[in-house]
Amino acid sequence: MSDRSRPSPFQGIDPRARLASAALLSVCVAIAQTLPACLFGLGLGCALLVPARPPLGRSLRRAGAVNLFVLFLWCVVPWTTPGEAVWNAGPLTATDAGLRLALLAALKANAIFLLFLSLTAEMDVSAMGHALRRLGCPQRLVWLLLFMGRYIHVLGAEWQALITAARLRCFQPRSDAHTWRTLATLLGLLLVRGHDRARRVHEALLLRGFTGAFRPLDDFRWRPRDTAVTLALFCCAALLIWLEFHGGPHA
Amino acid sequence: MHIAEGVLSPAVLGAGALLGAAGVAWGLRRMDGGRIMEVGILSAAFFVGSLIHVPIGVTSAHLLLTGLLGVLLGWAAVPAILAALLLQGLLFQYGGLTTLGVNTFTMGSSAVLAWYAWRGIRRIWPGRTGQKVAAFCGGALGVAIAALLTALALAFTDEGFLTAAKILLAAHLPVMAAEGFITMVTVGFIARVRPEMLATGTSAPRPGKEE
Repeated sequence: MSDRSRPSPFQGIDPRARLASAALLSVCVAIAQTLPACLFGLGLGCALLVPARPPLGRSLRRAGAVNLFVLFLWCVVPWTTPGEAVWNAGPLTATDAGLRLALLAALKANAIFLLFLSLTAEMDVSAMGHALRRLGCPQRLVWLLLFMGRYIHVLGAEWQALITAARLRCFQPRSDAHTWRTLATLLGLLLVRGHDRARRVHEALLLRGFTGAFRPLDDFRWRPRDTAVTLALFCCAALLIWLEFHGGPHA
Repeated sequence: MHIAEGVLSPAVLGAGALLGAAGVAWGLRRMDGGRIMEVGILSAAFFVGSLIHVPIGVTSAHLLLTGLLGVLLGWAAVPAILAALLLQGLLFQYGGLTTLGVNTFTMGSSAVLAWYAWRGIRRIWPGRTGQKVAAFCGGALGVAIAALLTALALAFTDEGFLTAAKILLAAHLPVMAAEGFITMVTVGFIARVRPEMLATGTSAPRPGKEE
């Protein structure tokens, strides 16, 4: 999963600090309604990207996925929101309220994406689960998360094996009932194998004395620089809230 | 069925978070300790399954699988969906923390309603045909409720989003049919191979009993 060749300085920061700051900042950006606050959020996201240096190709693909919904909104919202007309394109009229709404949505979506990309970059599932448990997440939810994170790649490989087996038997996906029936059966097989695996793993855990209690084996140590980073990011969040109320006209 | 972050209003986000949290708490209570592993691994399987490209007409679509998830897991589907969204958001860095509540609520309630629909139809219509109808309805309902609630969340945020919400809803009609069909075949397969997987909940009818 992680790209060890280009370590990010954020990797040395306590996962709890990264998760809590990312959560606070993204909530602040999400509820902001003014242009300066949203621009500040986007700028902060870009600025954090510089030290974080996430892998370029993967980040671009994800940015594309995030902006697909934004693009959909741009195709519809400016033309359908009631408001003062600012631009005519044939039968369509863009309104100022619509453009503002679409622009705010685009800024906020990308700001939150960048904040998360840089702050939680290359955090593995187990660090994430333990950090969430330490931050007060329910025990069973953390178990679910850890088991899911552990077995997603196993079941992904199982699915690839199933598809390869189908291809070897000349299966070609088309838009017909045969394709859908085949894919549905393969999906059923994946679920059945998952069920059998769950039973085996559960029995193995019981044999090793599993009681359902969560015993964190992490080595989290809160250091002064964690406090510094958290404080700096919380100050940014405070600045964002200040900008929201004093930086410009409200929507 | 994902609303990007930064789109919804604080009121909708807050209401979604409250309702989502309530659903997760109830789902976790209904899931006893012995089922955590089963729910975890099946959720991983669903996560993989939702990445499958299914050709529909000239394009292809991803499966949503909330209906099937509900049929197999019942109320435990709600925490499973939350865990899946967290994993998608944090591990794969799509973000999504502020829309977590809304998305958990829309997808979780569609899964739970699909489960009730499946159980209800199975009870009044036992037999192989009833099972097919119940599974189809569960799968289609899973998409329908999720699309409807997502559209409502958009519409409640700002009336400017109303048209976008309607387009979103209309675009999901063919997906509903495809998803219903796939759920029907998958459930039929599981009923033949591992009927015990379909006996979620204490009073759920056991499919395959009539054979």
